Amino acid sequence: MQQIINFVIRNKTSLLFLLLFFVSIALTIQSHSYHKSKFINSANFFTGGIYESASNISNYFNLKTQNEILAEENNYLRSQILNGLDSTVTSTSKIDSTTYNGHYKIQTAKIINNNYSTSKNYLTINQGENHGLKEDLAVITSKGIVGIIDNTSNRYSRVLSILNTKSKINAQLKSSNHIGSLVWNAKSSAMVQLTDISKFAPVKQGDTIVTGGQSSIFPQGIPIGVVDNFALDISGDTYTIDIKLFNDMTNLSHIYIIENLDAEEIKKLENPINE
Amino acid sequence: MNSLNINNITRFVVLILAQALIFNHINFVGSVNPYPYILFILLFPVNNNRTLFIFLSFMLGLFVDLFSDSGGVHAAACVTIAFARPPILKFAFGMIYEHQNIKFSNTEFGNRVIYFLFLIIIHHLILFSLEIFNISNILLVLKKTLFSSVFTLILCILISVLFSNKQQ
Repeated sequence: MQQIINFVIRNKTSLLFLLLFFVSIALTIQSHSYHKSKFINSANFFTGGIYESASNISNYFNLKTQNEILAEENNYLRSQILNGLDSTVTSTSKIDSTTYNGHYKIQTAKIINNNYSTSKNYLTINQGENHGLKEDLAVITSKGIVGIIDNTSNRYSRVLSILNTKSKINAQLKSSNHIGSLVWNAKSSAMVQLTDISKFAPVKQGDTIVTGGQSSIFPQGIPIGVVDNFALDISGDTYTIDIKLFNDMTNLSHIYIIENLDAEEIKKLENPINE
Repeated sequence: MNSLNINNITRFVVLILAQALIFNHINFVGSVNPYPYILFILLFPVNNNRTLFIFLSFMLGLFVDLFSDSGGVHAAACVTIAFARPPILKFAFGMIYEHQNIKFSNTEFGNRVIYFLFLIIIHHLILFSLEIFNISNILLVLKKTLFSSVFTLILCILISVLFSNKQQ
């Protein structure tokens, strides 16, 4: 017993090092699995508060570009209203209020911390459970998708950006119904990849990619980007497509959060025997 | 002694805030970010309690992790360089370190650069390999380590020269 205590005292530095090192590795591995990183995330009151006060100051620097983006969106929506009044409503139009009505709840929030340089990027937004947010809600801007909420606190939430190697979102070609999943290879913040698109799909450069209707998170038809480049997989059965994003992920401020009010029901139907 | 403590506490807080609010968002040519918060570990007084030092390094890394949503990668890298500091001190400064009365502001510039460089490279290598966590992306890890290390080294030297209080 004496010897064990002596050993611990003699090697206390190395033992402390090993202990702390394994704690950090455990935290790292835990953060790799979806929904598990409860402790170390930026959506708590401390880091969220600091980010919010910093963003209150830095917001003034990009007011002009944000105003332009808002004006552009107003312009687009206004033209839709005016054109929709005198022509017949087309079922292919991507923001068709009749199909959205009653199934989705939309609210706005502001990004207070934006990351895009690591391989696992997250954003922090200034709304949380107090504002009715919860996990698995879709986050978009006027131009395209941003990510999915993966962690909430009372006043802040963390968004899993599409620029994260953990992110996997259902997407499809706008011109046909071939679906695939949207992933990121961590190379460029302007490009994401669409994998598992069947080789029979009519892919062309410049085609638009939108979200697919297979997920209960995103509504169908939210724009993502255009096809920049595509190649067959090694197996030769599926395409891997490089997509140039509509969104400039490096300059985000105002976002919309979409809640699918039918999500519960869809999930219940899909997993009748719950785990 | 007291002023030394206050000095270190201010350094701890200021470096974490600077890292979270400024240096994480530099994104030079797309994605190169410096991590000069490890100056706290680099410039921590030498003849001091080692267990306390390792623990403080862990807390430093954990706070940066908290801000940058990175699990525990910064904590792991910080703990490692805190543990590996004595051999590197010995390697970089030789005899002066043996006498245990080293003061970083009095050391030669060349020695200091070598000392910074070694710890920065170890830190960044662990940081990026844990962050990317994928053997097939080893080239990306090395590339990021190289670019970030250069950036961090330049900033660390600049900051330590600017804020050194030389009495002579």
